[in-house]
Amino acid sequence: MSPTSAPSKDRAGGAAPDSRKAVRGRVARRHPFARFLVRRIITALLLALGITLVTFILTNLVPGDPAAANLGQRAIGDPAIVAQWRADHGLDKPLPQQYLVHLSGVLHGDFGQSQQSHRPVADDLAEFVPATLELAGAAILISLVLGVGFGVVAALRRDRLADHILRVTSLFGISVPTFWLALVAFYVFFYRLQITPGSGRIDPGMTPPPHATGLYTVDAALAGQWDVFASAAGHLVTPALVLALYTIGLLTRFTRSAVLEVLGQDYVRAARAKGLPGRVILFRYVLRPALVPVITVAGLAFGSLLSGTVLVEAIFAWPGVGQYAYKSATSLDLPAVMGVGLVVGVVYLVINLIVDVLYGVIDPRVRLS
Amino acid sequence: MRRRQTAPRTGGLIRRLPEAWRRPLAIAGGVVAIAWIVIALAAPVLAPHDPLAQELPRLAPPGPGHWFGTDQLGRDILSRVLYGARVSIPLTLLLVALSVLIGGLLGACAGYFGKWVDETIMRLADLVFAFPTIILAMVVAAALGASLGNAVLAVLVVAWPAYARVTRGLVLGIREREFVVSGRLLGFSAWRSLRVDVLPNVTGPVMVLATLDIGTALLLLSGLSFLGLGAKPPSPEWGAMVASGVEVFDSWWVATFPGLAILTVVLAFNFLGDTLRDALDPRTARAIKERAI
Repeated sequence: MSPTSAPSKDRAGGAAPDSRKAVRGRVARRHPFARFLVRRIITALLLALGITLVTFILTNLVPGDPAAANLGQRAIGDPAIVAQWRADHGLDKPLPQQYLVHLSGVLHGDFGQSQQSHRPVADDLAEFVPATLELAGAAILISLVLGVGFGVVAALRRDRLADHILRVTSLFGISVPTFWLALVAFYVFFYRLQITPGSGRIDPGMTPPPHATGLYTVDAALAGQWDVFASAAGHLVTPALVLALYTIGLLTRFTRSAVLEVLGQDYVRAARAKGLPGRVILFRYVLRPALVPVITVAGLAFGSLLSGTVLVEAIFAWPGVGQYAYKSATSLDLPAVMGVGLVVGVVYLVINLIVDVLYGVIDPRVRLS
Repeated sequence: MRRRQTAPRTGGLIRRLPEAWRRPLAIAGGVVAIAWIVIALAAPVLAPHDPLAQELPRLAPPGPGHWFGTDQLGRDILSRVLYGARVSIPLTLLLVALSVLIGGLLGACAGYFGKWVDETIMRLADLVFAFPTIILAMVVAAALGASLGNAVLAVLVVAWPAYARVTRGLVLGIREREFVVSGRLLGFSAWRSLRVDVLPNVTGPVMVLATLDIGTALLLLSGLSFLGLGAKPPSPEWGAMVASGVEVFDSWWVATFPGLAILTVVLAFNFLGDTLRDALDPRTARAIKERAI
């Protein structure tokens, strides 16, 4: 990271004719990167507000009657019970008022009560979100390491055997239906070969590690419970790999074409003509511009990872937010759907913010524009 | 120099195609894609059984008579897989065409005009992006009722921002180039500049993305059906067929063959898209031509 921040430091240093304090104030005001950051954060906050509005509107557009979905057949026939139920859930108030109530609740960490589990949605989410974050986090790590690595190798070995193998493999990766691959992996590795642990996050009968982050692998490592760690990691490997395969393929392809594109630039040829060693050219002249589009793709890919968890969690009985979302949507559990949309939306927003900032760090043209 | 390159590109594009199509990946992709389109057209002739007919034996393993076996209702899986092409392929193509049109146009405007147009469109895109596809689609499907048509609509709502972002990025990269600036200095109106100088330089990559997206769109549609939010039984939709295979875990053939059908269609279009990308994208094409490494 240190060479990437060099240009901004130069500029700050160049504008230092007066006393240091005054300069610092001016830099804070004029520093393009700081301004870029502040603008991004404000946009993100507005977007978060937008997410609350959209989740609210979307779930209220649903013409299905949540009372019908949640009350029994006989209770539906009794208008008094239905009215009571609607009043209990605030559904009898006008929509803008419902939204304001919802928003102020959200700001206080109150997402309402799930109509299915009869528990506060926040409690449900607190239970399910860490499981999904652990799964998606493991998958994105695997994807970044393997995808970018494979992509660079494929570009450098263009049209040789390694490139052809990686190309077919990555195309295969983005073409496999995740839900089907999960099923096949579960059938082959667990059911037939019995080399991977079955469904869930941990071996049955094992006590989960003491709660610190909610990520079993991290919690177990923090508590020094290495047998629990091994079990949690073992359970994580297959679903994470299944989930990552698509993103690995995606990142391999994008990295390859991004690196190839940069390799065709005149300044790279100039660097070669100058006699710079290949490694210096790769790391200083090629990877930095090439990584800019790759980072965008990785940020976007995280969204598809979160989507993919719905499909993968279904097969591996992973007790995450994906399964929760599916169950809530099919039963028209409005508070739960809003809670899921909100939390997943905000997680994704933060990822996007990080991507934008990284974008600015890597490519000075972005933060100066 | 750039300006000169833009003019003859349409001719070069056609000239480059035959060479590209000779690559093994393109041939494999083309053959499989054409085969599936033929299957979709000729399914009633090709299918050995009625895809909805329930006959004994149930859950018969693959063998003579039922080459892909039968499912838990005794329906012939081969026939259902063949008929499934008629369900998934046309809907997927329609979906992609609509996404390109909507997303590409909005993205080009965002990139070219910048300022508030850009902010509005891209924040809207971000807002849509903020919802993982399937979660948003689940809400839409729950709202409108589970059906393939509504699944298409749901995927469309979440698919256009990808095109908007890519188109915007490409337009941003081109907007300040000399040939665009010189066009504007010559007095081109914004729309003319966009149409003559900018769009021809971004259609290649966007079309490649569209070809690649045919696969992704099919994956999404079948994923929704897998979750029970798309095709309804007894429709022979591949995703729904895989879902029915989950219930009969032991009988591996019930889920395997529809899954392979999805895989081969998506793979074929991805092979084609990959070839197209190399052939049409002027930047990679140049890199390949010059043997830059």
